[in-house]
Amino acid sequence: MVSLINEAFKKARNANRPALLTYTVAGDNTKKKSLDILKSISAHADICELGFPHNTPIADGGQIQTSAYRAIKNGIKINDVFAIAKAFKLSKKTTPIILMGYYNMIYQYNENKFLKKCKNSKIDGLIVVDLPYPENKSFSKKCKKKSINFVQLVSPTTSDIRLKRIIRDSHDMIYYISMLSTTGGKLKVSSKKILENYFKIKNQKKSKNVVIGFGITEKTIKSLKKADGLVVGSAICKEISRSIKKRQNAVTNVTNVVKRLKNKIK
Amino acid sequence: MKLKKGIPLIDQHDQFGFWGGKFGGSFIPETLKKPVEDLTEEFKKLRKDKKFIKKRDHYFKNYIGSPTSFVKLENLSSYLGGAQIWAKVVSEANGGAHKIYNATVHALLCKAMGKKYIVGDTGAGYAGKMLSMAAKKFGLKCKIFMGAKDIKRQKPNCDAMKKNGAEIVPVYSGSQTLVDAVSECMRYWVSNCDNTHMCVGSTVGPNIFVKICGWSTAQISRELKAQLKSEFKKIPKKIKLINCVGGGSSAYGFWSEFIDFNKKQIELIGVEAGGPKKSKLHAAPLSRNAKIGVLHGAASYVCQDNEGQINETESISAGLDYPGVSPIHCFLKDTKRARYTYATDEEALNAHVMITKFENLNPSLEPSHAFAEAIKIAPKLSKDTIIIVNSCGDAKKDKDILRERLGKN
Repeated sequence: MVSLINEAFKKARNANRPALLTYTVAGDNTKKKSLDILKSISAHADICELGFPHNTPIADGGQIQTSAYRAIKNGIKINDVFAIAKAFKLSKKTTPIILMGYYNMIYQYNENKFLKKCKNSKIDGLIVVDLPYPENKSFSKKCKKKSINFVQLVSPTTSDIRLKRIIRDSHDMIYYISMLSTTGGKLKVSSKKILENYFKIKNQKKSKNVVIGFGITEKTIKSLKKADGLVVGSAICKEISRSIKKRQNAVTNVTNVVKRLKNKIK
Repeated sequence: MKLKKGIPLIDQHDQFGFWGGKFGGSFIPETLKKPVEDLTEEFKKLRKDKKFIKKRDHYFKNYIGSPTSFVKLENLSSYLGGAQIWAKVVSEANGGAHKIYNATVHALLCKAMGKKYIVGDTGAGYAGKMLSMAAKKFGLKCKIFMGAKDIKRQKPNCDAMKKNGAEIVPVYSGSQTLVDAVSECMRYWVSNCDNTHMCVGSTVGPNIFVKICGWSTAQISRELKAQLKSEFKKIPKKIKLINCVGGGSSAYGFWSEFIDFNKKQIELIGVEAGGPKKSKLHAAPLSRNAKIGVLHGAASYVCQDNEGQINETESISAGLDYPGVSPIHCFLKDTKRARYTYATDEEALNAHVMITKFENLNPSLEPSHAFAEAIKIAPKLSKDTIIIVNSCGDAKKDKDILRERLGKN
């Protein structure tokens, strides 16, 4: 079976640019609005990450926390997240969607039931922030069986031996965390250093798609365009917060941000 | 699921860090894998290092003031009738609570690892106060994360932290209590783990933090064992060890030497925070049958909804106001070695009033939960039953709450 995630990277590579990955929180700030945002930004994004919000997010910075709390306050449930993803995939059949969140939500839903639901909703991949390697081995195998990409995370603190093992057991995509930070921190490492670490991963196995995330904004995205893909999350969540505060149309504003991000890496 | 004899409970986990195959583990972001592994290695090495043990014992004795006393509460016992009630007055420890043991060990570990900065979470403010003391003692820069609600209700401890030169970082997210403080502290560590050591204030969090904390507070039961032998010539036949349980660090420390005993001889009773009598909220995941969930890097019984969102908790006692609990207490519950119950805010307050009326003892609201259970069961028990309560904190920090609720100074 063709992996839409692989296809998306191939398409970007053919256009001689990195893939653009966006992150938004499902249900931020309403179910309908988050679906509208997703549909609208996917005109410019290659892969859409959709967060299922948790109220104790230990790896997220302020912007994504705000989005997550807002979505939960507005009553988002895990089945709504699936419904949003499903509706999105009905209209955008070839845009991959990756669900991202914390393990307790999957654990409470039941791993197998969760994956079945992912399959039904045509989810292409999963990122589970607090299920590191090797603890994630059995779950990632279950994902593979269902042709769902389990995305392994790698950080600047990952040791060489771990890195080797993680790459060996990874699926189509690996997520490199740019620096020691929660999501949305200010980029405190030079782009040069980030890319140096990036190529250390990439050169181990060229067939894997390696993306960089954490701290990427309109200001910094261009300097990292040598990567296979770049993830922008907090900058988008921040724009949603700003639009709500100013009573402006979040869909239009966020789409403009994503459009500008895309133009910077073309 | 079975307890092993002759092995400390903190070491009875599998290779992934799970007790009983399902409690604990290390559910952490990738970035923290390396610092957690480094800490695990360092601790493994140091706990076998004679020089390090000597240093620890030196500070336990000369800095913390071990051993803390073990006293009979004569007046309370004769008033209630039934069992004899004793207290292990751990609140005599430097700083006024058991949190000093864990804080001192973490400061020593931080030094040994060559890190200059130490951060920690706090609820009642004791973990923060003690960490700030230890940091000052060992020349470390210290940041304490504390919920904004707790900063308001535990002012005396906040003043102490500031006096010791620590920076208090107020946490405004969620319920603005301990759960949010721990989350924020972990986030800070994710961003600064290259030069900063994190101290988790209780036997919670990723596996290694449960172990370090338990290893530190175990001093309490080592002392008690010796004190029992000198007081009674041998370990008495009927003992009940009653301890409050929030995260569970003082309870583990109080019990660790006695877990191998038959439960008919030494019963272990943990008392959680039942919250206000009329409220649906509580902080009692063990005794009110919460489901297993993952919180702050470990699997344990957690107050949560069906979806896995963590519930808000409510308790008069900031130190017990936490939706999760130590994986080792979950293990003790499921193996039926310990029994867990809860006391309401009102019961804890009444217990505090009764203890201070009869005895020269001033237990904080946390151990007042344990005293509430002792007061409840003592009259029904035989005279040769020895109830021992861990009076693990001093009520000085609670003066504002006590004044408001009891109208006293």
